Amino acid sequence: VCTSRFWFNYRHVANTLSVYRSVKRLGIPDSHIVLMLADDMACNPRNPKPATVFSHKNMELNVYGDDVEVDYRSYEVTVENFLRVLTGRIPPSTPRSKRLLSDDRSNILIYMTGHGGNGFLKFQDSEEITNVELADAFEQMWQKRRYNELLFIIDTCQGASMYERFYSPNIMALASSQVGEDSLSHQPDLGIGVHLMDRYTFYVLEFLEEIHPASQTNMNDLFQVCPKSLCVSTPGHRTDLFQRDPQNVLITDFFGSVRKVEITTETISLDSDSAGFESKFPKDELAIEPLRYAEQLPVAQIIHQKPKQKDWHPPGGFILGLWALIIMVFFKTYGIKHMKHIF
Amino acid sequence: AASAQFQLAVPVAVVFAAGSVPRDLPRPLPFSDVQETEISVNSLRSSAVSRCQAVYRSATAREEAALDAAAAREADAALRLLQDTSLGSLTVYVVPETSSLLPQGISVYVGKHRSALVRAGGGLAALHARLQQLTQLMSFTSGSIAAALSDRVPDSQLGRDARRHLKSSLGYEITFSLLNPDPKSHAVDWDIEDAVNRYVQPILDKLSLVANFSVDSQILYYAVLGVTPRFDKETSSFLLSAHSLPHVINPVEARLGSSAASLYPVLNFLLYVPERSHSPLYIQDKDGTPVSTNAFHSPRWGGIMVYNVEAPASPQASLPLHVDVDMVRVMEVFLAQLRLLFGLSREELPPEFLLESPGNEGLADWELDRLLWAHTVENIATVSTTLTSLAQLLDKIGNIVIKDDVASEVYQAVASAQSAMAELATGHLHSAFQASKKAVTSSERAFFDPSLLHLLYFPDDQKFAIYIPLFLPMAVPILLSLAKIVREARQRKKEPTKMD
Repeated sequence: VCTSRFWFNYRHVANTLSVYRSVKRLGIPDSHIVLMLADDMACNPRNPKPATVFSHKNMELNVYGDDVEVDYRSYEVTVENFLRVLTGRIPPSTPRSKRLLSDDRSNILIYMTGHGGNGFLKFQDSEEITNVELADAFEQMWQKRRYNELLFIIDTCQGASMYERFYSPNIMALASSQVGEDSLSHQPDLGIGVHLMDRYTFYVLEFLEEIHPASQTNMNDLFQVCPKSLCVSTPGHRTDLFQRDPQNVLITDFFGSVRKVEITTETISLDSDSAGFESKFPKDELAIEPLRYAEQLPVAQIIHQKPKQKDWHPPGGFILGLWALIIMVFFKTYGIKHMKHIF
Repeated sequence: AASAQFQLAVPVAVVFAAGSVPRDLPRPLPFSDVQETEISVNSLRSSAVSRCQAVYRSATAREEAALDAAAAREADAALRLLQDTSLGSLTVYVVPETSSLLPQGISVYVGKHRSALVRAGGGLAALHARLQQLTQLMSFTSGSIAAALSDRVPDSQLGRDARRHLKSSLGYEITFSLLNPDPKSHAVDWDIEDAVNRYVQPILDKLSLVANFSVDSQILYYAVLGVTPRFDKETSSFLLSAHSLPHVINPVEARLGSSAASLYPVLNFLLYVPERSHSPLYIQDKDGTPVSTNAFHSPRWGGIMVYNVEAPASPQASLPLHVDVDMVRVMEVFLAQLRLLFGLSREELPPEFLLESPGNEGLADWELDRLLWAHTVENIATVSTTLTSLAQLLDKIGNIVIKDDVASEVYQAVASAQSAMAELATGHLHSAFQASKKAVTSSERAFFDPSLLHLLYFPDDQKFAIYIPLFLPMAVPILLSLAKIVREARQRKKEPTKMD
């Protein structure tokens, strides 16, 4: 999830897209990724190289490419949509690619980046999500067993405050900086004119470049990524809610997708000469009328529509009481004899 | 947290053929007996008790005639018409020890429907032990019930099988895909529609009680496996080792188009025809021997089978070779994988048991019963967890608004779950399953209603934080004036008394 928009937050989009690329490279297909981006970088008029988003200076790696599948873009990246995706309380018309269809055997990786503060994360400069809301959303997910294990990575200023309030089991969290510290960006690119990446994500990506789908690297190595000397901020992590020892957790458990596979040793025997086989349930041939387009835009109705009368509600008790109080005080203070001047 | 006590009643009829009645019966036939055994599910919140309601009687004349048949299979078919075939019930026929109905060395024969033939001998205790074994095989075991309740059981105590099988769902989507990475060499034709109608549809018809199934198929060209197979000089074939199999699925999955499918869980069955340059391709298991089915499956996902095409007879044969896929062989493997995905495997039987193969029906009736028992228990457990967590959510956010339809769904879910539990306790599996399905639908609809987002409801401290800075400055002069009014009124009240 990239929670920022505008040109000067280029690095957050580059962060998210780079993590997206690594995760795809390690085997997770698009149908299992929900990508939320403001997506205003590639076609931004200030982008000197349109249709690209670079993650490395000297424009070495274009992370935008041809097969980026953004599920929530631009103004759809809101706190409400994010929480709806997590908890599953989505309106029924949402397509499958915008849903999180996880079950109790799914390991979920959540990566968030943007601008944050102590206990909150800013969404698109207009709203914020607090750590309490996030913890509650995770608890809702746990109640419905929508995850087996969850890895939460956040790269924002004071990122550690976002995972302080988690209380559901099987969650591991990583943040790029502690409370009171700022996460810094990595390097500006003079050709594009903005900072291209954040430091923590840059080093995490260097670490992930060495992982391949069959690798056995574990989480403890990920915790060592980006020490204070390189990152300036102190990355933090939280494993007390996690049941397994991080030593035994493979990176590919979250970043890649290694499925459990069994060899099929049984077959059933089918009789190929069963030409006279009749189904027990006769299939009813339904005669359906030819399909037509529904009347999608009832133009006649719209043109002749009168403006809808909004029902008038009498003012509520609070407003009435307030006005009564004000009027009473006014007349008491100034004397009732003024009434006849008004009427 | 709600604690659920499941009572699972299995109606069993034990029919004794002439000459097979054990001598140590406690009462003369016919009589009925109820045996209750505790099923340990290792959970503080759930417990299950299995009630075996057995009715012992002697065989009627028509049943004797049916048992006179030459082979067990014919007897089974004839007996089917004479027995109680409601879902969940079992009928056990005890034949004399010397009967030739069961082959040598076999003491128990389990038919395709809901009956079993047991060879007498060993008295009542042995008979009880056999009954116990049969109920476990044909209805449920403590392992299958524990797996169904897996949400409520701590992780460490579940067996290996617990989370492999597909979760109970209202529908499943099955996709058959043919992967042809080398269309220049092979022009592959598969008559999938006919194969589905002949072989897959019967098994899905039988499973239609459990869920809605929809089937589609596709052909993908230039879709390669993610792993390069090794060339083995001894057999001059290519081998895919067992530990590289997990990495095969992911590169293909992106192209399978499962994002366009419905919201139900998708089961993918892939048939891979290797390239000319990598033929023949065999899958190796852990010992290094090639797998006879040349197929593997992944729990909760589906299965992949490799179909080798023979090399052309002469090197000058014109490419592409036309290939007609032998759908019977393919469907045998795919349907076996489908059964394994649902958890219906045929392993671990004592050697004296003989199971009748269900043939083209794909599924024996008692296997359907097993699925229904497990799914019913799972559904009821899910309903209770969902409603409990919904109640907790409402406790936490006091001012959440529950719409009328959400409330009615909750009431319906509770009523259906209760009726499902009651039906389970009396042994009516069909109605119990239908009630549990209704309960799950209602509870999911209530829980996942889009209006229940806690973000839409402001906690009280946020309300104070917004309104206090607005109203407090305004309220200061008002309150001071009010105080002044009250003081003046009190003074005026005192003055008249003073004046007098």
